[in-house]
Formats: sequence, structure tokens, C-alpha cells
Amino acid sequence: MSRTIDAVVSPTQTNTIPADISGQMLDLDEDDDLEVFSKDSTLADGNMFNASMQTSPGSMVNQCKFEEDEEGDSKDIFITVDNPESHVTAIETFITYRVLTKTTRSEFDNSEYEVRRRYQDFLWLKGKLEEAHSTLIVHPLPEKFVVKGMVERFNGDFIATRRKALHKFLNRIADHPILSCSEDFKVFLSAQAWELTTYKKQGPGFLSRMGETVRAVANSVRGVKNRPEEFTAIQEYVEDFSNKISCLDKVTQRIVKEQKEYLEELKEYGPTYTLWSGSEEELAEQLKGVAGCIERCCKETEEQVGHLSDTLVPVLHEYVLCAETLKAVLRRRDNIQAEFEAKNETLATKKVDRDAESSDLGFVWGSLLGKNPEEARHQRQERLDGEIEELKEEIDKLEDRVEWANNALKGDWGRWQRSMRGDLKSAFFSTAEKNVDYYEKCLAVWETFLLSQRTEPSEETDRDNTP
Amino acid sequence: MADAGNKESAPIGGDEFTNTELENNKNNTMVEEGSTLLRRMEISVAEAEKRTGKNTVNMQEIFTVYLIETRPIDAITEGHNPAPDSLWRRYSEFEILRNYLLVTYPFIVVPPLPEKRAEFVWHKLSADNMDPDFVERRRIGLENFLLRVASHSVLSNDKILYHFLTEEHRWKEVVYETGFQAKADSRIKALSATFRVKNPDKRFTEMKHYSDELQSLTSQLLRVRARVADRIYGVYKVHGNYGRVFSEWSALEKEMGDGLQSAGHHMDAYAASVDDILEEEERYADQLKEYLFYAEALRAVCRKHELTQYELETASSDLISKKQQREELATGMVRTFSFKGMTNKLFGQETPEQREAKLSLLEEQIVQGEETVTEKTVECEEYVKGAWVDMQRFKEQKDRDLREALIGYAVMQISMCKKGIQVWTNAKECFHKM
Repeated sequence: MSRTIDAVVSPTQTNTIPADISGQMLDLDEDDDLEVFSKDSTLADGNMFNASMQTSPGSMVNQCKFEEDEEGDSKDIFITVDNPESHVTAIETFITYRVLTKTTRSEFDNSEYEVRRRYQDFLWLKGKLEEAHSTLIVHPLPEKFVVKGMVERFNGDFIATRRKALHKFLNRIADHPILSCSEDFKVFLSAQAWELTTYKKQGPGFLSRMGETVRAVANSVRGVKNRPEEFTAIQEYVEDFSNKISCLDKVTQRIVKEQKEYLEELKEYGPTYTLWSGSEEELAEQLKGVAGCIERCCKETEEQVGHLSDTLVPVLHEYVLCAETLKAVLRRRDNIQAEFEAKNETLATKKVDRDAESSDLGFVWGSLLGKNPEEARHQRQERLDGEIEELKEEIDKLEDRVEWANNALKGDWGRWQRSMRGDLKSAFFSTAEKNVDYYEKCLAVWETFLLSQRTEPSEETDRDNTP
Repeated sequence: MADAGNKESAPIGGDEFTNTELENNKNNTMVEEGSTLLRRMEISVAEAEKRTGKNTVNMQEIFTVYLIETRPIDAITEGHNPAPDSLWRRYSEFEILRNYLLVTYPFIVVPPLPEKRAEFVWHKLSADNMDPDFVERRRIGLENFLLRVASHSVLSNDKILYHFLTEEHRWKEVVYETGFQAKADSRIKALSATFRVKNPDKRFTEMKHYSDELQSLTSQLLRVRARVADRIYGVYKVHGNYGRVFSEWSALEKEMGDGLQSAGHHMDAYAASVDDILEEEERYADQLKEYLFYAEALRAVCRKHELTQYELETASSDLISKKQQREELATGMVRTFSFKGMTNKLFGQETPEQREAKLSLLEEQIVQGEETVTEKTVECEEYVKGAWVDMQRFKEQKDRDLREALIGYAVMQISMCKKGIQVWTNAKECFHKM
């Protein structure tokens, strides 16, 4: 049951056809009909389209409608990231993006929000989400900066790529059953700039965060002893997956590079035919024809390379980052379990302590100080009992925490795998589709040329046969 | 192209042509009217083999020999199937034959040989003369050369050519005996004629400019084409990596495994397909190369005209000056300044006897000179006539052949696109199943 689909506005609505337009299809002419129907059938598949498939910014909002929805409900929140703007201050220059939210969720006061956010804000949000849900899989952010240097940050392509990735990031969170309920997320979407700054300052202070980090490091050094088999399996998978996806990322980038170089040479190739045609009479037309074909193929090649860069490259890159996220998540889960195991060990030690016979140093001292041996032992036992009770409470909490963490991860793991499959499948599918389209267009170009040549020979053979 | 044009008579090749193209080829061969050798005899360069032997400086070398097979056509049409006569020839012997033809028929645009060394090489293509692909392409080129020569109305009647095709022994001695090497014009002579000729036939001057253009244009085209081929190779081959990684990745996945695995196979197929594609394109490059080399032959014909014209002009102006001298001597009038005139003035005139002797010498020279001029005029005229006819023939042949080559190129591109469509459609289905 859709609640808000029609209310969503976008500047252009060209690429995707929502189901309720079916009545208008009869108005389209035959070829367009076929185009439309083939697109529709893939939509019906349910898990084909993702943010990664569309490139027209205006239809971004539309595509959100067709993202995978596990619960079977339609979405009730739509987010776009667009309109990058440069801000110059005395200290720095930075880019902000417009974040537009439309929603019917009750926890939001309004149904529409428009705010401007910079990359740092996204980083903050990601950090908060990971802090609150350390074993949930948060979709990766685009990287901080390009290795090459400062100038690249403001390069048009870089900004466009980053914008798309930020858009996807927010939408993935919105899709997540748990993460999308986060208060931090809500504030991020709705607060004005100064409100956000104030809000950021709240929360656990620096020292407590430091303490957590120290504990985490200590636990990771200690290592986890009894990791459940299923998490080991996941870890192995993540290792292998990380390798494969990095490979694919590199291969794809290499292909883009080779295609671009091919395009450069091709651009010089056509003109050699044109140049030659200037010296010929009979052949001039054919030579120009060939030159024209090559030029048109150049355009198609350019389009194809663009598609590859826009569609496949970013997705593969995202999943390289995802692999790192997964590794971090698994580490955090391990740390939680390690902490629990450590406390258990401490408990065991204390129990042993308490049940130990009184021939210990403390008792001796106590008696030297004039204490009643019985009393001293009783005191000690009370103290230890107290500590043991405390420990047990803490352990209970930690046990809950471990269980919660494991369940969260397990649940999210399935979710992640599904969207990984969906994303990669559609990215590769789209690439293959574009390649077919590319070759089909080039085929048409050369066939047209050939056709124009074939109609002439009848004149030539007549000329040949006359004495 | 020659070998395709004689698909019937040359059983080598195996090119695939549509029916319409075969029709065109039959009609558009260089088979001229009149009885050319090719009408009487079937010729082919059937094989290539490596041999070892001693070269001119008595060192061991490895070289390739090519098998020339010939069969009389009437024997075939009569239903017999005689075994072909055959003999082996080296590339260098072909070169000698061609040089002989160039000298003996300077007014003919003599068909070129396939290149001596591999040029316009892109990185995967071997520049090695021993490379089997190069040898094979050279074999085809040599056959093409022979077919063109044997179907030329003038060249095909040459005895040396016939000897080359039919008798292995003593051919070299016989061809050297014609003394053609001595008859070759020196380069310096030809070059100076180019600069000094006053009234060459304008058509030949134009043709010469055209030959320069043809040479530089085709050479540029071939260079860029080779670079493009290199790049296409790179693009296709990198896709092979997809095959490998998909295959490895498919082992990790349960649901996506099958789709990935089969997609990987298609990527491998895609990467492998480029080898055939580029091999075919190399044939197209060879067709263009033939005309790159033809440009040189065309230019040689134009230059020879300039030379004969220059010789005629020289002979004419010699004659004129000798006639002038005679007149001066006869009338005593000095028309033009000359040192002889000056010394005459300074040191007195010659004796009548001396003058008589000079006059009769001049008369002799004038008679000779007039003969020479007449000869040269006829030579020049005949040359212009013969050369112009052959240049027209060449032009028509070139237009036909290059047109066919361009069509062939379009066909190749279409085939490449179709292969691409097939592979990526298959891959698309595999991804869909993932």
C-alpha cells in the first residue's frame, strides 16, 4: 500500500515508469511500447533496480521507490542529495550538499525537510551510528579525499561521484529497519546547521570515548577465544570477497583506461579517411562514408565509457569499502565477546579466591593487626562476595550485549548479502546491456554504410560490360 | 583484390564472400581483353617452406622459398585434371623479376611486391620475417603479384615472366643476360630531369602529385590503423581478467555462483575473439599497403616521362644551338655573344679551310641531331601514349580494388559488432540469473 508515492516531486520523470502509468502506454508508438515493456518486466523482478542504475539526477527520487523493500511495505521516507555548492570562508573552502527529505513517519514533526550538509557531517553521522550499533553493517561513505591532492577535491567529476555515493549512503540507512530509527539520523536530516552543531556537542564526552577506545584496543589485543563457527565462516568469506572485489575494481578501472586510449586513437583514425577523400574522385564518397562511420562509432564509444564509469566503477568501489566495513564489524563483535570472556575469567579467579583456604597473607596480616581471624576471613569473604555479585551483574549485561551483537550481525548479514547480490547483479547486468546497445548502434552505422555501397554496383557492372 | 578476383583459378585463400561480392569479383578482375597469360594458364603460389643454404658471403642462412604452381587452362576445361607444374622461388628472385619489368616496361605501372619487412606493426604483430603469419601473408601477396602481372595485357606476354613461372633452372642467368640492369636509369639522372624539365605533360605532373599524396595518405592511415588495432587488442584482452576473477568468486557464492561462472566463460570468449578479428583486419591493411607501394610505381612512370621529355628538350635545344652556330659561321654574323666570337675579334678570324671544316662537322652533327630529335620525339610521344593508357587502367583498377577493400572493411566491422552483441547478450543473461 503506497502512501506517498504520487506526492513526491522531481524535476524530470523520464527514465522510470511507475506501474500506474499503464493506461497511457497505448498512446506511445510501437517502438516505444517495446522499450517500455522491457523495462517494466525488469522492474517487476523486484530486486533489479537500485540507486546505482540511474544516472539522471532528477529521477533519483523516483528510483528510491523501487528499492528493495523487505517488509513488503512501500517506503515512507525519500531522501535526495543534490545541488553541491561551494562555500568559502577565511579558513577553508568546502562543499555542502542539499539534503532533501520527504516523509510520513510520525517521529518527524514535518513531512518535508531541506538542509545543507557537508562531508564532515556525514562522517559524524556514520560515526554515531557505528557507535550505537557496533555490529550492524553501515553502508560505506565515499572516501575522504583523493590521494592526488587538494585540487582534486573540487573537480566536477569527483564531486558528482561523491554526491551519488552520499545519496546512496543516506538511502541505505533509511532502508535499514534499525538504523533508520536512530535519533542521530533524524537530527541529521532535519536540523538546521546551527542546531546540528549544538547537537553534535552533546553526548558522551571525550574522556569516556577515550576509555572505550582503550578497552577496545585491550580486548583486541587479548583476542577472542571461543568464536562461534558461523562468524569464523563469515570472516573467511569476507576475506575472500574483499580480494575478489578489489580485483574486479582494478580490472574495471583498467578497462576504462584502455577504452579511453582506444577512443583517443579512434578520433584520429576517421580524419585520415577524410583527408584521403580530398585527393580522390571516384573514391571520395566511400572514403568520407567510412570516416563518418568511424566518427559515429567514436561517439558511441564515448557513451559506453561514460556508462561504465558512472555505473559499474562506483558500485565496485563501494563494495571494496563495504568489505572493509565488514571486517571492522566482525572485529567489533569479536571485541564484545572478548570483553565478556575476560570478565568471566576474572569472575572465575575471584570465585577461586573466595573459596580458597584461609592460609593466605591477608589473614596473617589481619591477625597481626589484631583482628579476629574469624572476623577477618568473614570480612574478606563478604568483600569478595560483593565483588562477585557486581561481576555477575556486569557479566549478565555483557552476555546480553554479546547476544544482542551476534543477533544484530546475523540479521544484518543476511540483509547485506541480499543487497550486495542485488547491487552487483544489476551493475553488471546494466554494463552488459549497455555493451550490447553499443555494439548494436555501431552495427547499424556500418550496415547503413554497406547498404549505400551495395546499391551502386549495378551501375558499375553495366559500365564494365560495355565494349 | 587479385587473389579474390580469381577465386576460381586460385584455389588458395578461402575468403568468405557473399554471392553478390563473388559476382562483382568475377566482373571486376584485372583480366584484360586480349590474350593475357592468365587466360591460358592457372597460376598460384601454393606453399612456403624454409630452406638453409649459403648466401653470397658464404655464410649459412635460413630463407623461405615459395612454391609456384601452374596448369594450362584448356587442359582443365577439357575435363582433365593434370598435376600442376611447379617450382620453388625465393623472394629475392621475385624482386629481380620486378626490377626487370620496371626497366623493360617503364611506361607501365608495375604491380608491387608485398613488403620486404613488416612495417606498421602493432605490438602483438611480429616484425620477424620468419613469423608464420608474416610468411603466409607474404605468400598471398606474391600470388597476388603474379596474378596481376600475368593478367596485364602488356606484361603478361613477356618471355622472362613465362620462364620465371615455368622453368626453375637458369632463370637468373637468362634474366641477367638481357642486360636490364645496365638499362636502368641512374637516380641522379632521373632527379635532375625532374628539376630541369621545362614542358612535361601536365597530366603527368598532376599524376605525380597524386602519387605523392596517395603515398603519404595511405601511409598515415596505416599507421593510425595499427595504433587503433593495438588499443582494441588491449581492451578485449583485459576482459579476460573478468573471466578469471568471476570464476574464483563464483566458488565463494552460493546463489550467484552459476551465473558468475558462465559469465566468466563468456568474458574469456570475448577476450579470445579479438585475435581473429585483428587477423582479418591485417588482410585489409595489406590491401591498402599494396596501393601504398603502387603509388611509388606510379610516380616512377611519371618520372620516366619527365626524363624522356627532358632528353627530348635537351636534344632539341642542342640542335637549335648547333643550327645557330652554323648560321653564324655561314653568315659571319654573330647573333649572340660567345667567347669564340670574342676571340675571333681579338685574334682575327679563322682561315676559310678551318671554317669549312667546322661547317661540315656542324652539318654532320645537325643531321645526327635532327635524327636524334625525331627519335626522341617519337619515343616521347609513344611513351606518353602508352603510359597514359596504363595509368588510366591503373586508376580504374585502383578505384575498384579500394572500393572493394572499403566494403570488405565494413563487412569486418559488422562481423565484429555481431560477435560483440552475441557475447554481451549471453553475459547479460548470465548476470540476470545471478
